[in-house]
Amino acid sequence: MKKKVSETGIKKFMRDIPLPFCPGCGDVTVMSSFLRAVQELGYDSLSKFVFCSGIGCAAWIPSPHFIADTIHTTHGRSIPVATGVKLIRPDLNVVVFGGDGDLTGIGLSHLIHAARRNVDITVVMVNNMIYGMTGGQVAPTTPLKAKTTTTPYGNYERPIDATRLVVAAGASYAARWTTAHAEQLKEAMKKGLGIRGFAFVEAVSHCPTAFGRRVGLKTIVNILDWLKENSVPIENTAKMAEKDLEGKIVIGEFVHRRSPTFTESVYAIIEEAKKSVKTS
Amino acid sequence: MTTKKIKSDTEFWQGNEACAEGAITAGCRFFAGYPITPSSEIAEHLALRLPQVGGIAIQMEDELASLGAVIGASCAGAKSMTATSGPGFSLMQENIGYAFMTEAPCVIVDVQRAGPATGQATKCGQGDVMQARWGTHGDYAAIVLSPNSVQEMFDMTIRAFNLAEKFRTPVVLLADEVIAHMREKIVLPPLDKVEIVNRRKPKPNEKAFFGLEDVPSMPSFGEGFNITVTGSTHDEYGIRATADPVIHRKLVERLVGKILRNVDEIVDYESYNVDKCNVGIISYGCTSRSVYETTELAEKEGIDAGLIRLKTIWPFPEKIVKKMTKNAKVVFVPEMNLRQIFYEVQRVVGDTVPIVPVNKIGGGEMITPEELLSEIEKETR
Repeated sequence: MKKKVSETGIKKFMRDIPLPFCPGCGDVTVMSSFLRAVQELGYDSLSKFVFCSGIGCAAWIPSPHFIADTIHTTHGRSIPVATGVKLIRPDLNVVVFGGDGDLTGIGLSHLIHAARRNVDITVVMVNNMIYGMTGGQVAPTTPLKAKTTTTPYGNYERPIDATRLVVAAGASYAARWTTAHAEQLKEAMKKGLGIRGFAFVEAVSHCPTAFGRRVGLKTIVNILDWLKENSVPIENTAKMAEKDLEGKIVIGEFVHRRSPTFTESVYAIIEEAKKSVKTS
Repeated sequence: MTTKKIKSDTEFWQGNEACAEGAITAGCRFFAGYPITPSSEIAEHLALRLPQVGGIAIQMEDELASLGAVIGASCAGAKSMTATSGPGFSLMQENIGYAFMTEAPCVIVDVQRAGPATGQATKCGQGDVMQARWGTHGDYAAIVLSPNSVQEMFDMTIRAFNLAEKFRTPVVLLADEVIAHMREKIVLPPLDKVEIVNRRKPKPNEKAFFGLEDVPSMPSFGEGFNITVTGSTHDEYGIRATADPVIHRKLVERLVGKILRNVDEIVDYESYNVDKCNVGIISYGCTSRSVYETTELAEKEGIDAGLIRLKTIWPFPEKIVKKMTKNAKVVFVPEMNLRQIFYEVQRVVGDTVPIVPVNKIGGGEMITPEELLSEIEKETR
């Protein structure tokens, strides 16, 4: 039987600074899933990690709470910063934490291009379906018809499916779970950290403060139940009609494949260029 | 294109090529950029040359990503650079402020073209001078260098890296299309004669990398220091303090102060006959090349002319400008924009002497020596 990791086990990875999250925030679930993943992978410290995050609640998961090198960048630019870090230090695990606004709103093009380049980083996207930090404005991920502070009559835009997007762009690994699936989320993070290439783990998350209470899901239990009820395992989607999938959260592993990574390609060019100088 | 090796020799290079080679000489090992005229040759040359010396040159999806990657690479320990022109420089402004706030050394080359907006992409302009000073939001102190020859594209790129590393701050090399695209003779110094400055590394037990000293030491990621880098207001240890008034004041006043307290070291200029001249001319970049000839023509006509050529634009070389205006009866400020440095000269000297702007924009047409001379004749007659 697998050894159960106690909460105190992951505290060694954390600074003794109070967490900034609202009561009941899903970020804490994601944080704990991630640190348990790291623990179970056998790391005693985060000294081999660099964490990059942009702006928004999820960006505060690693920065400054993880005892590690962390960089809290401008809004949306965590992935380019991570790309620079990884190229200079390919030996380090570079992990991006970001919200849905940061990664699929202002920073979307970087997400697509990092997947296309197969940059060897792990991106954890906390999708709470809302701009939480700024007070609950509509996000590119907000479900249709949901009331937010900037869609008082209900959201009239279709939400983006970030996981399918990175699969199409070329990611080596992509999975989506919700904060009602903390164990599966942790396993997906372990896989993502273990593979070579671009790994994307989407955690559909509960935000009682800025989302749940405005859409009639008043308690955390309400939201977690809603997440569970609305989730459809990816294996079951093949036999489902498109209209039955509307508004559903497809969960599971979307892709797991091996292709040349950005670091491998860039360093191969360096070797080639060095040879060309020697022979000329 | 054949590969070139730097040797202590004379070359006939393009300005952008000299900039790229200067960067390599300075120790730059990471470049990220986005194609834009008239700076693209820097990216092209570095794509060829950087891998040969074990460095990395990548093309990103836009200028925001380019400077983002440069900042990441810098924090990971590499001397890093990007190159762009006006529109891209506009897009980089937020990350320039971020590099300033997080004290991430980096070099941004802006090869100016005629703006605003897309303007005239292939034509020279000098309209980014104030943007280089004030472009990012919030309080900021800029270090901006202005080359006026292919030789200086090489030398000043090295200096830009040295200043960035020494002061842990972004440094802008504010070139222009004329200087970047022309070819002329360049003398390459022996490598052991080139001064190279590297960021100060911390001692093993150091913990404060954001403020116990004017310019703190800088560890790299992966060295075990557990650095917390943030663009939010932070204390000496990098811990966010989003509401504390004292921490904010202390941080931002130090970031601005570390540059302003070292103005004499940063400021550089070329001057001629400043002490005695009747007619002063203050210029920079490609325009200054016309001014040399104007000065000669003026002297032939018996006008006692003197000049200041700004090699550092920001911080502004106030002292030498004040010195010139002690004697000069009139000061001319020619520039390829509709008055930018003119206002700065006005700020420094007040109304002690008349300041005359001479401006020309469009089509990349430079201010000719004759045009400037006729303006001088008009005012002095």
